[in-house]
Amino acid sequence: MARLNMVEAIDQALRQEMDRDDTVIVLGEDVGKDGGVFRVTDGLYERFGEDRVMDTPLAESGIVGFAIGMAIGGFKPVAEIQFSGFVYPAYDQILSHAARFRTRSRGQRTVPMVVRMPYGGGIRALEHHSESMEAVFAHIPGLKVVIPSDPYEAKGLLTAAIRDPDPVVFFEPARVYRAIKMEVPEEQYTLPIGEARVVREGTDLTLIAWGAHVRTIKEAAERLAGDKRCDVEVIDVRTISPFDAATVVASVKKTGRAIIVHEAPQSGGFGAEISAQIMERAVLHLEAPVKRIAGFDTIPPLSKLEDLYQPSVDLVVDEVIATMEF
Amino acid sequence: MPVTTLVSYSVQRVEVMDVEGEVDASLMPELSSERIAALYEVMVLTRVFDERMLKLQRQGRLGTFARVAGQEGAHVGAAFALRDEDWMVPAFREAGAFLLRGMKMEHFLQYWGGDERGNVFPEGVRMLPASIPVGTHMLHAAGLGWAMKKKGERSAVLTVFGEGATSEGDFSEAMNFAAVYQCPVVFFCQNNQWAISVPYHKQSQACTVAQKALGYGMPGTQVDGNDVFAVYRAVSEALENARNGSGPALIEAHTYRVTDHTTADDARRYREDAEVEEWRERDPIERLGRYMKKNGLLDDAGETAVHEEAVGKVAEAVAVFEAMEPPPAEELFAHVFAEITPPLAEQRDRLLRRLEGGE
Ligand SMILES: Cc1ncc(C[n+]2csc(CCOP(=O)(O)OP(=O)(O)O)c2C)c(N)n1
Repeated sequence: MARLNMVEAIDQALRQEMDRDDTVIVLGEDVGKDGGVFRVTDGLYERFGEDRVMDTPLAESGIVGFAIGMAIGGFKPVAEIQFSGFVYPAYDQILSHAARFRTRSRGQRTVPMVVRMPYGGGIRALEHHSESMEAVFAHIPGLKVVIPSDPYEAKGLLTAAIRDPDPVVFFEPARVYRAIKMEVPEEQYTLPIGEARVVREGTDLTLIAWGAHVRTIKEAAERLAGDKRCDVEVIDVRTISPFDAATVVASVKKTGRAIIVHEAPQSGGFGAEISAQIMERAVLHLEAPVKRIAGFDTIPPLSKLEDLYQPSVDLVVDEVIATMEF
Repeated sequence: MPVTTLVSYSVQRVEVMDVEGEVDASLMPELSSERIAALYEVMVLTRVFDERMLKLQRQGRLGTFARVAGQEGAHVGAAFALRDEDWMVPAFREAGAFLLRGMKMEHFLQYWGGDERGNVFPEGVRMLPASIPVGTHMLHAAGLGWAMKKKGERSAVLTVFGEGATSEGDFSEAMNFAAVYQCPVVFFCQNNQWAISVPYHKQSQACTVAQKALGYGMPGTQVDGNDVFAVYRAVSEALENARNGSGPALIEAHTYRVTDHTTADDARRYREDAEVEEWRERDPIERLGRYMKKNGLLDDAGETAVHEEAVGKVAEAVAVFEAMEPPPAEELFAHVFAEITPPLAEQRDRLLRRLEGGE
């Protein structure tokens, strides 16, 4: 089995799905000859030509609005937004149109479309290149929000997202893009949208994250196990909308403790929703308050202060110990 | 019921100085020898600074940034037409204009080195920080222009953007607002023909950016963007008209991005070297140098001196930059609101306690 990084895994998923289904169209800024600024669409232009791999004008509202029309017209657009920080001109198209067509037309007009974009910090980037604003998408009814944490997950979840009959926003953690390589099957496969994944089983506490911070909590769990401090269960939420409360709640009922880790600003972040679900469904099983480790409610800083902003393995370890000692 | 022509327009291109440095005297803007020398010095400084920044970036001391080499004629020429009382609303490829407007080089380095404390202009300088989101800042220029007009100031706003930015919806909205409210705004497009890997003909089917003005009811002109006199002339006129209440204008500086898009880009993936070489020969600094030499404003020794002085100034700024302390953790929270809110204060205090090892 080939060892791929996340960029290669997504590229492969796109290529295979475009081979399989010729209604799949990739569009976005610099996705063609350049292969995307992160090279995620590398080789697609050469293979499928400019009708299926479209370099668009520089206009995010244009890209998403156009993709909605393509989808209604019988195609499956996979739109790339160059960085999630630049999706906001298209927010209106996503919220007011993509997410609503099915409901408004009582199922007659639908928008099977994927909007992919790199997101998140840890890459020493410019302003607007490090945000983690997934919660403002999870808040939109009618929209699915998928966030892979590693190359294997990315390939399977993206393939599922493209085949999904509804609009999906697909957040790719830029920090993971080239950080890890792992075995990814050459053949196509899908992973379920709407099911969280237990990454590591444990009995004392449940650590919950998505995207780049699944790695953070996994490392924290391993360190805690190595130090014989406690046995932590690790959950990768995978899709924050629809959110799989059942898997999380079952885990917390078992462990009695939960910490949610995300780099997005704490207030109103998706961690709050998870915490609320745990309170509603498992409060009597709790041994300690549910905790969030999150970004500050500030603009993400530039590189010099970035490490302070990002949840670290050290911080997670300390908070787990504090919760165990509660 | 005849068919009548309601409007017909033409779009002009202005060139003042050719590649050899010969000028059309009838079009030459009014500029004293001292001002021309000053213009040349800023353009050279901008080039030297840009090259030094590239080295710093390659050494890992700066983050990703957009180079300006080859576009000094356009954005320096335009900013040179500003008066202190005018505003500038930039994009991110106008380093020369930042220097001209008084931003210290060490602060520019500090910002691009990942410390937002560098994103500050000297008191009184009317300029907004770089706008990384493409094509969305021109609306601010329109609103600022309205504010200047409302306050009865005789000042104008210069906003700068690339041709890619003209594809964003906000560009249209900014042009329309500026025209509807007759705001004193000059929309200055550095059409360097490439928006990362997308060439102009894939960006737009309009033969010129300049003609986009016509749909909004404002004049549009194209100038040779590597001809600093043409740029200066067109922008000075448009700014003066704006200050005088004649409303906004669009100026397209037709130039070329001879560098990669940013330090993270590799332009060889998507375009031919031959095209780049052709444009290198139209270098705006060399062209101005030729004019100055022909007119007794510069000789070889002077040319070397200007260059060396620029190298010295840049070296001093780099030394100051390298001696800077990293920002303290409090900086994260310092300017989110006019006054820090209780939840933020709590987050800040928790972080500080943790850093002190107290938690
Ligand atoms: C809204 C938005 N979309 C995408 C980007 C990513 N991006 C940065 S620069 C750029 C191309 C800009 O082209 P142009 O406006 O012509 O200016 P140039 O870089 O050529 O000076 C793109 C797509 C961005 N910064 N902002």
